[in-house]
Amino acid sequence: MKKIYHNPVGTGRFTGLFLISPFIIGFAVFVVYPLICSFVVGLTDYDNIHTPEFTGLENYRKMLTDGNFLKSLATTLKYTCIFVPLKIIISLSVALLLSLEIKGIGIFRTVFYIPSILGANLAVVIMWQYLFTYDGFFNQLIVKIGLPPISWYGDPECSLWIIIFLRLWEFGSTMVIFLTALHDIPREYYDASRTDGCGKVKSFFLITLPLMKNVIFMNVVLQTISALQEFNAPYMITGGKPLKSTYTVGMLIYDEMFVYHNAGYANAVSWVLFVVISAVIALVFMLARRKGRDV
Amino acid sequence: MIKKLPVYFFLTLTAVVMIYPLLWLVGGSFKSNREIYSSMWFMPEKFDFSVYANAWRTNTGYSMGHYFVNTFMIIIPKTFFAVISSVLVAYGFARFDFPLKKFFFSALIAGMLMPSIATVMPMYSLWAEIGVLDSYIPLVVPSLFACEGIFVFMLIQFFRGIPRELDEASRIDGCGALKTLFFVLIPCIKPVIVSIAVFSFLWTMNDFLNPLIFINSTEKYTLSLALRTSVDSTGQGYEECKVLAMSVIGLVPSVAVFAVAQKKFIGGIVIGGLR
Repeated sequence: MKKIYHNPVGTGRFTGLFLISPFIIGFAVFVVYPLICSFVVGLTDYDNIHTPEFTGLENYRKMLTDGNFLKSLATTLKYTCIFVPLKIIISLSVALLLSLEIKGIGIFRTVFYIPSILGANLAVVIMWQYLFTYDGFFNQLIVKIGLPPISWYGDPECSLWIIIFLRLWEFGSTMVIFLTALHDIPREYYDASRTDGCGKVKSFFLITLPLMKNVIFMNVVLQTISALQEFNAPYMITGGKPLKSTYTVGMLIYDEMFVYHNAGYANAVSWVLFVVISAVIALVFMLARRKGRDV
Repeated sequence: MIKKLPVYFFLTLTAVVMIYPLLWLVGGSFKSNREIYSSMWFMPEKFDFSVYANAWRTNTGYSMGHYFVNTFMIIIPKTFFAVISSVLVAYGFARFDFPLKKFFFSALIAGMLMPSIATVMPMYSLWAEIGVLDSYIPLVVPSLFACEGIFVFMLIQFFRGIPRELDEASRIDGCGALKTLFFVLIPCIKPVIVSIAVFSFLWTMNDFLNPLIFINSTEKYTLSLALRTSVDSTGQGYEECKVLAMSVIGLVPSVAVFAVAQKKFIGGIVIGGLR
């Protein structure tokens, strides 16, 4: 049977297609083309000038033995695994506090939100760099408390935390999503659970958390994607140092492309990063679905 | 009230932690190097605005004003195009039925999740092939094609909230698809459009990777590139206050736009978190 398109009177079945045509072109040129292109270029030895030379899977074989790449992948994964859970926990906790319907919530919401708007600005990234110098603000604070100062830029164990703190400071945007979702939960649910003798903690785990599942899941996916492609902060603040402890895959791609002119290799790594991100998204989706079945 | 005291205490403490670095930044721009590294208190000993005059001139050969103009030459067309293309595409998705609609909608979501760092290298080669590197074309053109999937996604949600009877009424009055969009639907979703424009502004202001890759000559630098250059060329231990003052100047447009648009954000604020 022929499909019937329910369109407003007077418009054909192609009006919609016509309207979304900018998106179709954009998707083809700015998403599909780069993906195919980076895969093809990734199979070659190319320096951005001379004709690419087909080398098959050579770039991918090189990755397996390239210490720089393996280290950057490990760093990126470590950063993501520390950062994403912390950010979700912090933004959900603050959102829960703000949902208590207290006076002045608007001011708090704005104050918590501002860093997330400005935080990606290079000016703020530069400020962050200054805050963590050896005799900078944070070490002054640490000394005042009575602890020895930390060599933020010298100690490979600490340097990654500069970036993590910066991105955690920007929890506002995630918090706002949680806050909106919390407002959508009908109050009757909590009233009912109180009548049944549930405490606040219990009703959080039995009502809030299950209803927030999708939003939490969405935030995890979004934060994971942005964490896996972190570039600005390590590029500006630490330059990947010390001992490559903040050298992310994003930085490696940039360096291979524009510093060492290995366009073939840079594209192959881009492709791997794309596959890693897709795999992570697929994994999170699968976990969320399995969880959904248990509940 | 008494019971809520610990909550207030905790929230106030967090608020101070959140806002203090920014106060420190503004204060630091008036401080000498010695003062920056000896005092945690954000208030400077004295206010000397000559540092701002210095910072405005920069040490890159062009004034901050020049970089502002450059940045706005990207932001204004980009925001304008992004709003128009996103509205058209969202209208198509929200109100019309067409072949392969489900497929294209999935493509929209997939595009939203696309890591930009993975696509930017092939795009560099493509723009190089066309011969438009070191211009604003690679930065602006994508906005013509509704490339911020999140904007489209948000608009679709809001279009769906408008009753279809409104469209039908306007059609009975003889309006075509586009006329209905401009005279009936767009007035209904003005707040979302404002939010989209604001976020397009802020994200372009913050964008660093794309200008870094596509623009080479100092003359065409955006604000963020100019800031990076001045940090690099001053080096550590030299006139820190000047770099901090430049940072403060660089933040002014974003803060101003946020302050003006803040009230209209209620629906749109969520967009910011979606990216």
